[in-house]
Amino acid sequence: MTSTTTTDRAPAPARTRTTARPRRGRRRLGSDTAPRPGMLYVLPAALFFGMFAIVPLVLVVVLSFTSWPGFGDPQFVGLDNWQRLTGDQRVINATRTTLLLTVLGWATQTPVSIAIGVWASGPQRNRAVLSSIFFLPLLLSSAAIALMYHRYLDPNFGLAKDLGPLIGFPDGNILGTRHGALGVLVFVGMWQWIPFHSLLYQAAARVIPQMLYDAARIDGASRWDMFWRITIPQLRHTIVTSSVIMVVGSLITFETVLLLTAGGPGTATQVLPYLMYRSGFFEFQMGYASAVATVLVVLGTTVSLVIVRFSGFAKMRSTLEGL
Amino acid sequence: MRSSSTPIPTLKRRGFLGLLGAGAGATLLGGAAACSDDGGSAGDNEFDVWVLLDENVNPVSQASLDRFNAGSDVKAALVTEPNEGFRDALQIAIDTAQRPDVFFNWGGGSIRSYARAGLLEDLTPHLEADPAFKDAFLPSVLDAGQIDGRYYGIPMRQMQPKLMFFNTAVLEDVGVPVPTTWEEFLAACDTVAGNGITPVALAGAVSWTELMWIEYLTDRIGGAQVFLDIAAGTGQGWRHPAITEAVNTIIELVDRGVFGTNFPSVQYEAGGAETLLEQGEAAMHLMGSWSYTNHLGAAPDFATQQLAWGAFPAIEGGAGDPAAVAGNPTNYFSVTSASPHKEAAIEYLRQEMASEEYVRGLIGVGDTPAVADIEPLLAETEHAEYLSFVYQMVVQAPSFQLSWDQAIERAQASTMLESLAEVFLGNLDAAGFVQANEDAAG
Repeated sequence: MTSTTTTDRAPAPARTRTTARPRRGRRRLGSDTAPRPGMLYVLPAALFFGMFAIVPLVLVVVLSFTSWPGFGDPQFVGLDNWQRLTGDQRVINATRTTLLLTVLGWATQTPVSIAIGVWASGPQRNRAVLSSIFFLPLLLSSAAIALMYHRYLDPNFGLAKDLGPLIGFPDGNILGTRHGALGVLVFVGMWQWIPFHSLLYQAAARVIPQMLYDAARIDGASRWDMFWRITIPQLRHTIVTSSVIMVVGSLITFETVLLLTAGGPGTATQVLPYLMYRSGFFEFQMGYASAVATVLVVLGTTVSLVIVRFSGFAKMRSTLEGL
Repeated sequence: MRSSSTPIPTLKRRGFLGLLGAGAGATLLGGAAACSDDGGSAGDNEFDVWVLLDENVNPVSQASLDRFNAGSDVKAALVTEPNEGFRDALQIAIDTAQRPDVFFNWGGGSIRSYARAGLLEDLTPHLEADPAFKDAFLPSVLDAGQIDGRYYGIPMRQMQPKLMFFNTAVLEDVGVPVPTTWEEFLAACDTVAGNGITPVALAGAVSWTELMWIEYLTDRIGGAQVFLDIAAGTGQGWRHPAITEAVNTIIELVDRGVFGTNFPSVQYEAGGAETLLEQGEAAMHLMGSWSYTNHLGAAPDFATQQLAWGAFPAIEGGAGDPAAVAGNPTNYFSVTSASPHKEAAIEYLRQEMASEEYVRGLIGVGDTPAVADIEPLLAETEHAEYLSFVYQMVVQAPSFQLSWDQAIERAQASTMLESLAEVFLGNLDAAGFVQANEDAAG
C-alpha cells in the first residue's frame, strides 16, 4: 500500500541524504549544493521579529527588577516587585479571573464554532449567503465592538433596560454585577471570535473526503454517528489550532475589558493585561507592570505549550491513511 | 510505509506561538521603554507651550501667545496634544530633550513626582518678589496648586468646584423644595424615591463620580484637615473617625435607595447620569461645574428652564464649614527647570495669565477663571447667573479640597478608587475601606 500523506510529499533533499539522523541533517541549511536560500534571506524577518518581539521581551524582564515611573533612570530594586507580586491579592484575583474567562471563552466558542463551521461547509447556496452574514463581526475592530456593547448595556437607555428583565436583571444592572459583567465579556468574546473560528472549521470540514461519509452511509451510520466518528476526528488538528489561538487570545484580551467594564464593577473583571495597564499607565509603576507582563508571557507560553503537547499536535499523524 | 513525524516545523510553530503570546504582552510596555532622547523640539529662540487639544480654548491660548510674541525676542509656540495621550506623552518627555518649556497640568499628584525630582521650576520666588503677580489670582486656588509648600503652577483655566445640580421640575412635581441641609436632602430623597424616581443620579460605572460623595461627606463631617493629613501622611490619616463616618453614611445612602439600584452600570458619558437628570428620571446630581456646559449642549431647554444648582448640603453638627468646596481648583501652567528659556516662559505667564484679554477670552468659551476681581466681566455674559455663582462659591470658600485622586500618589489613588467602588457595591465596610487604604499608603 502506498502512502500519500502530506509529509511524504514534501521534497526534503537534506533529509534524504542523512536518513540516519534526520534532525541534524535538516539543520545544516545552505551547507550543501542544494539550491537553498542563505541565512541572509532570513535577516529582515529576524531583525523585525527581534526588534519588536525579542528586544521588548528582554527589556520587560529587565524592567521588572527596577522601579521606574516612566521618566528618569530606572532604579534596580532587585526582587522587590516580584516579592510584592507574589503576595498581591489583586494579582491573584486577576489571574483567577483571567483563567476563568479563558476557560469560559474556550468552552463556549469551540462548540458553537464547530457547529457553525461544519454547517457552513455544506454546498447549499443559502448556507453560503448566511455564513457570509455570520462572518460580518470579523470586519469590526475590538474597540468598535466594545463601544457598541457599551451603549447596548446602558441600564436606562440601552437594550439592557428591556432585555435585562428577561435574563434575570430586572433593573438592567448587568454590567454592575460581577456575574453579569463576566457573562457580558464571555458573550462579547463569542460574538466577536466565533466567526473567525467558524471560518477555520468551515475550511477544515470542506477538505474531509466525501468518500468517508459515503462509506459510512453504506455501513448504515446515522448523521449523528458520522459527525462524531468522522467529522470531529478529522477536525482534530483544527481544534488544536483554534484552541491555541483562542486561549492565547483570551489571555491577552485587554481592550474589551478596558472599554466595556474597566475592570469593574469594583475589581470583578480585572484581568492580568488590564492590571498590567493600570499599574503601568495609571499608577506609573512601570517596574511592577513589567513583572505582571512577565507573568503573562510565561502563562501564555506555558498554556499554549501544554495544549500543543497534550493534544497530540506535536505528532502530526495523518488521519487519512488508506485513501 | 508510515510517515515519520516532522519535529522541525512543530518546533518552529511551538516557539512561534509562545513568542506570539510573549511579544503581544511585551510590546505594550516595551514601547514605553524604547523611546529615545534625541533632538529638542523647540528652536534656539523659541519655547514650547503644551496644552490639551481643545478647539474652544486653543484660540484663546494662541491669542495670548501672539500678544506675548509681539513684544518678546524669544517666541512661544503652542503645541496641542489630545487629552487621552497627554499624560503619557508628558511622562515620557519630561526628562528628555523633547520636554516642553511650559505645560498644562492638573496640579497636585499630576506633577508632584516631577516637582520632587527637581524637574519643575519653583515659582515661589517669582510670586513672592512680585505681589501684583501673586495677588492677581484667587489665593485658595493658587494655594491648592502647591507641592510641599512651594508654588509650581500658575492657574490658567476655569475653576471646577463640584456642586449639586437639581431638576426643579421633578422636585416641584413631588412637592419638595431644593434641599440645602442634610435633613432636607434625606427627606427629599425619600419623597422622590416614593414617587418611583431615582433621587440622585450617580454614574457608578466610573469611580471618580463616587469619589465626589466621600470627598464632600468627609469635609462636611470632619473638616478640611482630615484629608490634608491623609495626603501629607500626618495625623490619623485614614483612621480618622470622619472617614469611617463618611463611609458608613455612603452605605446608608445606598441602602436607602438614594442612588437607585442600577447605578453601578450607569456611565458618565452620553446617555449616562446627566441624561437621567435632563429627562427627569433622577432629581439630583453631584458633579463638577463643567456639567452645566454639558447640559447646555445636550438639552438647552432643560439647562435654561429646569436646572438649578447649589452647594453640597450642610451637615448639622459636622466639623466642616458648609462653604468649603471640593473639586479641581483649576488647571495650571508649570515651567520645566531645564528649559533654556524659563525666564521668558515665566514672563509669558506673568504678562498673560491674568490679563483682561485672556480672562475675557476664557469667559467667552464658558470658563470661570481663577483670577481675582473679575465679577464685572462675569456679569456681562449670557450665563452670568451660573458663572457668578461658581465664582463666588470659590471666592468665599475657606478651603478648596483638591480632588482626592489628584492629591495623592497614583498607586494609592488606584487602591482608593477601587475600594470606594466596592463600598458602593456593598462589598466592603468602613473598616475594610480604611484597612485597604492604609495598606496602600504603606
